[in-house]
Amino acid sequence: MAILRAKALTKKFGNLSALSNLDLDIPRGRIIGLLGPNGSGKSTFIKLATGLLVPTSGEITIGGATPGVETKAMVSYLPERTYLNDWMRAEDMMAFFGDFYEDFNRIKADNMLQDLNINPRDRLKTMSKGTKEKVQLILVMSRNAELYLLDEPIAGVDPAARDYILNTIITNYKENASVVISTHLIADIEQVLDDIIFISQGEIKLISTVDEIREKHNKSVDGLFREVFKC
Amino acid sequence: MKWIIDSDRPIYKQLVEQIELKIISGAYAPGDKIKSVRELAMEAGVNPNTMQKALAELERMGLVFAQRTSGRFITEDNKMIDEAKKTLAFKEIDGFFEKMKQLGFEKEEIIALIEKIEGDSHGHSES
Repeated sequence: MAILRAKALTKKFGNLSALSNLDLDIPRGRIIGLLGPNGSGKSTFIKLATGLLVPTSGEITIGGATPGVETKAMVSYLPERTYLNDWMRAEDMMAFFGDFYEDFNRIKADNMLQDLNINPRDRLKTMSKGTKEKVQLILVMSRNAELYLLDEPIAGVDPAARDYILNTIITNYKENASVVISTHLIADIEQVLDDIIFISQGEIKLISTVDEIREKHNKSVDGLFREVFKC
Repeated sequence: MKWIIDSDRPIYKQLVEQIELKIISGAYAPGDKIKSVRELAMEAGVNPNTMQKALAELERMGLVFAQRTSGRFITEDNKMIDEAKKTLAFKEIDGFFEKMKQLGFEKEEIIALIEKIEGDSHGHSES
């Protein structure tokens, strides 16, 4: 059964349609790229899936349930912007996540901090933008969730850390869990994706596997994206 | 071991080719156990399902076989490996002739050129 299901999902902000009539099933065991130009509705979709936004009409379910307390235990979400307090140390945040989420794996988190040379005693406010992003991603990836929703996880980090993050996503792969990565840095993540969803102006333009695109169009997903969304 | 994935061809096909090449060249010896899908996927930096698909294709080709409990192994059938080697050689030569014809050479000229160059390089190595 699909881990995420959207039916005629619509979200309006006043007159503006951020998502219109979206039908989508996300199966388990997949790594999926949610791709689209700025303002296409990627973050709106993810926020609907986390319950931070409520649909104007239509529905979205996670493991059969409407987003709420129950689904938050299944979904590990990396927001675009940090919501953690500046005064907290990395280790405080680990403890915080440990308290909040039953599926949080502290050992895994500590190992990742070490791999990325982040001192657990450092406070968030003293960290660079990229380091903050790494800490957040460590928190999110250290949960044993069924659905990971990563909103622009690699935008602010250096290429070496990017490789490490992608490797983490690969090693973390589980047959019963799926990862949705929203990004416009397609070329960097293309290799780790099973499927891609192109969205534009709140509508799905294309759902395909990466290799189908390469087979059919003789170009990479990145190449196709540049062509389809040429400005 | 280095994996190179270029941008415009299906990723699983490129993985098949690179593993095939390792088998043909002997980098993977007949009967060798292959690493797990996850390890290989990590090494190549690709999606585990894509690596799985590549290994399934190699199984179909007969270059790799799976043992239910102990994992995947390189075939011990040397004939099979030789066959794959030949197929690959034909493909390379076809491609080469295709390019040379685009440059305007006829078959005889190409062969004469190959012999000349081959002769020259032998001359060099002996001197």
